[in-house]
Amino acid sequence: MTADPVTSERLAITTDGDVVRVRQAVRGLAQGAKLSLVDQTKLVTAASELARNTLIYGGGGEAVLSVEANGRRTGVRVEFRDDGPGIPDLDLAMTDGWTSGSGLGLGLSGARRLVEHFEIDTGPGRGTRVVIASWSR
Amino acid sequence: MDSVPILKIGSTLLVSIQVDLQDQSALQLQEDLAERITQTGARGVLIDISGLEIVDSFIGRMLSSIAGISRVLDATTVVVGMRPAVAITMVELGLSFDGVRTALDVEKGLRLLQPDGEDTAPEQLLLELAPDAPA
Amino acid sequence: MPAADAARLAAILQDRRGEIGAAWLDRVVTELQGRITRAEAEREQTEIFDALVGGLLAGGERLDAPSFDSLRSLLSDLSATRARLGFTPRETAVGVFALKEGLYDIAGRGDTERVDDVAALLRLVDDLGLFTFESFAAAREGIISEQAEQLLELSTPVVKLWEGVVAVPLVGTLDSARTQVVMEKLLQTLVETGSEHAIIDITGVPAVDTQVAQHLLKTVVAARLMGAECTISGIRPQIAQTIVALGIEFGDIRTKATLADALVAALRANGSARTAAAVAGA
Repeated sequence: MTADPVTSERLAITTDGDVVRVRQAVRGLAQGAKLSLVDQTKLVTAASELARNTLIYGGGGEAVLSVEANGRRTGVRVEFRDDGPGIPDLDLAMTDGWTSGSGLGLGLSGARRLVEHFEIDTGPGRGTRVVIASWSR
Repeated sequence: MDSVPILKIGSTLLVSIQVDLQDQSALQLQEDLAERITQTGARGVLIDISGLEIVDSFIGRMLSSIAGISRVLDATTVVVGMRPAVAITMVELGLSFDGVRTALDVEKGLRLLQPDGEDTAPEQLLLELAPDAPA
Repeated sequence: MPAADAARLAAILQDRRGEIGAAWLDRVVTELQGRITRAEAEREQTEIFDALVGGLLAGGERLDAPSFDSLRSLLSDLSATRARLGFTPRETAVGVFALKEGLYDIAGRGDTERVDDVAALLRLVDDLGLFTFESFAAAREGIISEQAEQLLELSTPVVKLWEGVVAVPLVGTLDSARTQVVMEKLLQTLVETGSEHAIIDITGVPAVDTQVAQHLLKTVVAARLMGAECTISGIRPQIAQTIVALGIEFGDIRTKATLADALVAALRANGSARTAAAVAGA
């Protein structure tokens, strides 16, 4: 079974207000894709954490949202991209409670627990790319 | 940027968050509340979050901070109306609400903020506590 | 297969429609004796035949071509209906494969100038058959997951025991999916009924694993975030041993031996809260 993107939307993340817009756009798509209310809430929360990371640690970037079909299930996929400094030690950054900033350190590790699919591609000096996705049941 | 109104009812400050807050607005609310508690000598802060669709780590931290600040200023904070999906997500995210009291709705929250015997006059209280108080 | 070929195939089907249709119908009616009437089978076949010829005339070469859209949707509807009515995969597929009967006859007699064309048609019918199989399987899967969901709903009743007290008696094996459904439903009921006490009774649960225990714990924590208290009652001795052996931290979670004990405790807490409120309000 292959996943075909049905629609896709690109949002810049350069201000506080953009984080709110990403949340609302993800919520809209998740409702359309018929995710359960809890799964919607989890996905939007994860997107909120990651959008804020993109803004604060990545120095801004963008989110690409898409709805995908996979057999009977529909899903929402969100990709966050920035050209910031990247994360030097990913294992450390994925640990609960670890933070380079003033947060609670739950952003990355927490977001991973909230979604079905999580992938991250980063390294010193080459920015960060995080993809999350959740599917209807 | 939207600012969240703070209402005062008796000795309680009431905040109802109805919109998706920007991080800046959340920080502003935290400052405003600290200001209002000292200004009014409020003993309780009631925050209604039934309008919130998510509580992420930022909002979670704001709520914990407000509770901590009120405690230092001798006031109790109660967060009310958290939606089930939000609660489940917070637990999964690993957020805890240390030092924050919670209630299902505004009414039950207000009840929590009314300490036993608060309405009893101080003299009456002293009489009751006296070992050989006259009947 | 260029468009000209497709048109030629359509012509063969149209020329031999009577012959092919009769052989097809006979086979289907024999195979599905009693399950559908001859008239129904004939109506179905006419629709499939028309959609097939229509698709070929529109230049369709392979079944996934856009010109076969209506044929594909027709076949998938048909398979879904059959799946719901409890037809076997064989009974479903025969409706398409029997189309080959008439084609075999034609090929066998060698009275068509193009044996190649008949072979091409046979291949196309094979594709139709496979497609029908897939649609049938997908429809069955859909039915199974729907039923599983309904069962899940039915097996997790949340009941109101008293004003301000709701309970969910769990019976049978708990897996992670079911525990999650219980969790959501219980928390939702707390809001709907304005109850500050929830009791999860696991008397009927033979065993728990780490994941399920974690879900129960998370439910209790989530309920607290919402301003309600959760009690777990009816923990069997084996489960208590498992919990300790697995090193699961039950922390300050309230437990009671029986559902009745848990109810009494909840009522006490309710009562004292009410008395306190009454005193404060006096």
